[in-house]
Parts: sequence; structure tokens; C-alpha cells
Amino acid sequence: MSNGSKVSTGREPLIRIVKREYNNKLIPGLIRAGALILSIIAGGLFIWAMGFNPFEAYKSIIRGALVGSARDPMSSIRSTIDIFVPLCVTALGLSCAFKMKFWNIGGEGQIIMGGVFATFFALNYPQIPRPLMLLIMLIAGAVGGALMALIPALFKVKFGTNETLFTLMLNYIAIYIVKYLIAGPWQRTPGFASIGKLDKNTYLYEINRQNIGWIAVIIVVLFVYFYLYKTKSGYEVSVVGESQATARYAGMNIRKIIIKTMLISGAICGIVGMIKVSSNHTLTEGIGGGVGFAAITVAWLSQLNPFIIPIVSAIISILQKGSTVMQMNMGISSYAADVLQGIILFCFLGSEFFVRYSLVFNLRIKEAK
Amino acid sequence: MKKSVRIIALILALATVFALVGCGKQTGGEGETQDTTLAEGQTFAPIPADKIKIGVVHITSKDDTSGYTYAHQKGIEEMAAALGLKSEQIVIRDNVDDNDVEATKAALQDLVDAGCDVIFATSYNYMDAVEEYAEKYPDIIFSHCSGYKSNGKNFNNYFGRIYEARYLSGIAAGLKAKELGVPIVGFVGAKGSDNSEVTGGINAFALGVQSVYPECEVLVKITGEWYDPAAEGIAAKALIDAGAVVLSQHCDSDTVQTTAAQAGRFGVGYNSDMTPSAPNNHLTAPIWNWGVYYTQTVEAIIKGEWKCENYYEGYNVNLVGLSPLNEKAIAHGTKEAVEEAQKKIASGELFVFSGPLYDNQGNQILKEGEKLTDEQITGEINYYIKGVRVL
Repeated sequence: MSNGSKVSTGREPLIRIVKREYNNKLIPGLIRAGALILSIIAGGLFIWAMGFNPFEAYKSIIRGALVGSARDPMSSIRSTIDIFVPLCVTALGLSCAFKMKFWNIGGEGQIIMGGVFATFFALNYPQIPRPLMLLIMLIAGAVGGALMALIPALFKVKFGTNETLFTLMLNYIAIYIVKYLIAGPWQRTPGFASIGKLDKNTYLYEINRQNIGWIAVIIVVLFVYFYLYKTKSGYEVSVVGESQATARYAGMNIRKIIIKTMLISGAICGIVGMIKVSSNHTLTEGIGGGVGFAAITVAWLSQLNPFIIPIVSAIISILQKGSTVMQMNMGISSYAADVLQGIILFCFLGSEFFVRYSLVFNLRIKEAK
Repeated sequence: MKKSVRIIALILALATVFALVGCGKQTGGEGETQDTTLAEGQTFAPIPADKIKIGVVHITSKDDTSGYTYAHQKGIEEMAAALGLKSEQIVIRDNVDDNDVEATKAALQDLVDAGCDVIFATSYNYMDAVEEYAEKYPDIIFSHCSGYKSNGKNFNNYFGRIYEARYLSGIAAGLKAKELGVPIVGFVGAKGSDNSEVTGGINAFALGVQSVYPECEVLVKITGEWYDPAAEGIAAKALIDAGAVVLSQHCDSDTVQTTAAQAGRFGVGYNSDMTPSAPNNHLTAPIWNWGVYYTQTVEAIIKGEWKCENYYEGYNVNLVGLSPLNEKAIAHGTKEAVEEAQKKIASGELFVFSGPLYDNQGNQILKEGEKLTDEQITGEINYYIKGVRVL
């Protein structure tokens, strides 16, 4: 097609992606700060393009997430915490599996099954006293989530199935199980798919009108930190994640490690299901609410660091709660609030690419030569 | 020494009391009623029209151009215009999935936080969350559409006799089928016979059809969801394949109408005038004039005359109606027949669910001279009448 001299230049692509190596540790931080500024500007342009004042919008987001009304000053923070807790705990649960490079996309299904197991006891044994009931629901939730995670883990170690697809598909099975239950055996009012309200002694305790789900965040952060970084099992998880061959060479039982880690990952997600049932006072098909997917983003943005996960979760929760209030107050379409969240997340996720890699243009390679 | 300490303490205590009173006044000035100890039957204090704030929770987008949410949103806008409210006095949370309790509660909380004095929740499944919030915020009025709960204090229910409009739409459908000479009409329902609202609507429609075309059969296909355009399309196709020439619906999208039009069949929509979706094939649609309820309710709240009573009206106050008959599609004589029946319904001369009435299993439901009660209509129609067949 072309002569020899052009072939030599054609071999080198115009842009090449090169892994970054850092001499200066500040640069990743600077890139992320740049992404933050860029996301605010891009989001602002979007709001401005729709004919609204971006400064007002951002003010409304922050106020909406943190400042309540005159009637109830803490209400907004309570709503933000209600978004934060499930997101953070699920991200912590997923991070255990991700550390092992086991792509658990099934957080949603594990939350749902945790909720279903917890609801089973809440519905059928309402006479159990409240503290014992909550404990049973907690254990049931963990077991439900763990069993849901066990299925792909078993198939992975027995048949080497692809866990990404497997866990993803199980989410839908879980959703349809809930749909079946609330429209079938657990239906309260004929004609309407609902189990109605659960008994009062299945409700989570409240302190200052805030349910105590946040305690789970503290416990799970510490648990995941100690488990992944301070125990032999946790070390094994990261070795399996880095290289299964190395793990095998070191005499580790890879199958056992995969199954154990997935049980833990699923159990933590299952606990989220229990918290949701116990704070929503019912089980609905919306129980997952997309948290299992949002948590994947959180886990990766936090680089699987159990202390960073709560911070990223908090930022995303504030963004979520704040943007709905902003949308409502300013009369912008609620889809626009989703677009704004998408723009901001896109900038953050995009920046991680530039933290790890840099683009090298052909011109510069030539000069370097 | 001791005395001065006491005096200082007294002054501080008084200062605290005044500060608290001041706070109360301040929030009161923002148009929020402070009375949190309302007894049953007691009314709320009047709220100035320029201060009242109205919250609405919708299941789909407020910018919809047809269907359920559109009808409610239109009613809200009519109310705002009629009472001269400014746009910032109406706070809307839309696209709130009514299967997601958490999202529902978050939406209600957002409206409470926005300082709303009254909150309208328009979808059935919001009911339990609304009940809980009514308990939590006794100084806010919660009004829930299409459910059955209320608390006699600050939480009521509103709905209407849409079956009256369905009966009239049945007349239009029956006359069209008669004109075409095919005694089969179809109906796409959202819920099965365990749901009294949908089942009663199908029966009312069938009674309307039979009033003008007695031998005409009504075929029913159930989708299982209030809003599922794909399933509504499949159900409509199945009815068309079974020979139905006019398709009616109780589901939220306009898919049944577009599917019928594509197959050259005719349709009766629901919720809003669906003629724009099928200009040559849509006959008419039973519609809601929610503005009637919203205007009346908000006006009563402004005057301090609101009472916690469930609302269930129909043609008598024009809460329900038919969208304009589509001249391009209706059969000859439809207008006269519909108008005549409409007059009889509005005056009370014609009651849709009157005996003798048989179900499609051959059991007699009502004897000559008997009528269904409102409780039976809203909760106990779990049978299809004679002439209705579920596919």
C-alpha cells in the first residue's frame, strides 16, 4: 500500500500508552486534584448550558446534603448517612474479593439475599425479643449473602467458570426471587406486591433518630483492615491476587482461600441487606437499589484501601443526596442530576487512568531517540 | 454574693426561654405550622397563599407527555394557576420508584426538608412510607392517591370513580366493534383479578360495551406491572391475534394504542388523551381531572378548613371524564350515546354496578335492584363479569 520509508513511521502508533513511574510522589495527588477541579468545571458548564446558575447549584448540593430545614436541622445529614452506610459497607465487602482479583460483581445479589434471609426471621418469628431478633437477623443476613457468594466461588474452583459473568447473572436471579416472594408467599395484601410493614421489634435501634447502621461501618472497616493486612489469611489473599502460580508454589490452598474470601465478601454484603430491611422496615424489590454496582466504583476509587473507602463513600453519598435536593429546588429534571453525578464520577475514574499511565505522542518518542 | 449568682442564673434562664420562643416565631414566620399536638378531627391553622409550599412525589417524570404522572402533574399545575401560586411554592420529586421504599422515604424527607406544608404522593406503593412520615411529622398534611390508608389526623387518601368513565369508554368501543361487525374487544390490564381497581375497571368497561353491543366479548390480557411498555406491547399483539378490533387498557404507557394503530385496529387509552399517539385510531380515553381535587384541597388548607377525610368522587364533580371523542375514529352515533349515558351517571340515574350482575363463572353477584357499595368497588371486585374472558 505504501512505500518503505512510510512503513517505518506507520509502525509506531500516533499515541502510545506508557506506564508511569514516579520520582515525585506529589504528582498522583496533583492529577486527582486536577480531576476534581475539571469535574466541577465540566459539571458547572452542564448546569449553565441548561440555563441555571452553577454556583447556586453547587451551593444547593452541599446544603442539601448537610444542612436540614428549620423544622429538623439534622434530617439531611441523616439521609446522607442512610446512603453512606450501605455504600461503604458493600464497598468494603467487595474490596476483600477484589484484593484477590476475584471480580465479585454480585454485591447487589448478595445484599438482596442477605435481606431475604433476614426478612424470613422477621416475618415468621415476630415474637422474638428485639435485641435477639436483631442479632438473628444480622446472622441470617450474613449467611444469606455468604451463600449467594459461595455459588460462584464453588464453580470457580471446581470448573474455572468466569466469576464476573456468574456473579453478575446471580444478581438477576436474586431480584426475581424477591419479586416472587413479595408477590407470592410473603404477600400481605392481595393484588399488591408488598410484604407490608414488619413488626416493630425488627427495627434497628435509633440514636437521635439515626439508625445505628453506621456502627457496622466502623466494625467492618477495622475487620477488613486487620483481616487483609494483619493476618496470614489476608496475606494469602493478596498473594493469590498477585499470582496464583506463586501462591501454589508457596504451598497455599488456593481453592480454600478463594472460597473463604468469597464467603467473607458475601457475608459483609449480606449484612447490608439486613441493615436495609431493618431500617426500611420492609423488603421490596428495590432493596439493592444499585448499591452493589456503585460500591464497585467506590472500591476502585479507594484503591481497595479500607480507610479510604469511607471517605470516597462519604463524598459520593453527599453528591447523591445533594444533587437530588438541588434538582428539586431548582426544578431541573431529575435525569440532569444523574448526568451531573455521571460527569463528576467520569472525571474521577478517568484521572485514575492518568495516575497509572501517561500518553506519549509519536513526536516525543522520536525526539527521545 | 450568692444572691447575685441566683439573679444571673434567673436572667440566663429567662434569656433561654426568650431565645426558644424567638426560634419558634422565626420558623413560624416561614409558613410552618408549629402545632404538633393535633387531636382527631381538629383542623390545621390557615396558611397564607403566598407562603404555602406544596410537595409532590411522582412515579415517573414530571415532564411526561401522556399517562399517569402527566395527569397528576397537569392537575398540580392547574391548581397552582387557579390559586395563583408561584413556581417555587411547588416542590416536585419525580422518577421515584414506588417499589423502592428507601427512595420513597428519601423523597418524602427531601420534601419535608424543603419546608412543604402538604405532600401529595401519587402512587399506590408509596402508602406505607407516607403513613410512617405522617406519624413522624404530624404538622404536615400527607395525601396519598389510590391506596386505602389514612390516620384521621394528617394523612388521607384520594381516588375517584374512574369506572364511570370506563363505562362510557366501553360504549365508544362497543359501538366501534359493532360498526366493524366483529364482536371482540380487548383489554390490557396491569394487574390480575386479585386487584379490585383494575378488575372493576375491566368490568365497568365490559358493561359499557355490552350496553350497546350485548353479544360482544371482552378479552383480557394481564401484564403484571403498572408500567412496562414492552409487556404492554406483547399483550396488545396477543389480543390483536385473538381478533380484538378495539383495544382498551389499564396500564401507564401508550404502547397499547400505538400497537393497535400499527395493526389497523382501534383503541381506548387511559389517564390522558392518547389521540396524539394514535391520531387515526384512538377513540377516546377515560381521564382524570386531578386539578379538581388538588385545587379544592389546597384551597381548604390555605383557609384552614382542611379536614382529614378520604376523597372518592367521580362525574358528579368532574374528577373523571373522557378525553374528546376522536372524530376520525369513532363510530357513527357515539357522541350521542356517550353524552346520554354521561348525563345519567352525573345525575345518579345510572349506577354502573347495578344488578342483575353475573360473573363469568355463572354465579350471580347482584340481584335485580342491588348495587355494589363503595367498599366492594374499591376492594372486593375479584371476579370478571359475564362476557369477559382472560387469555
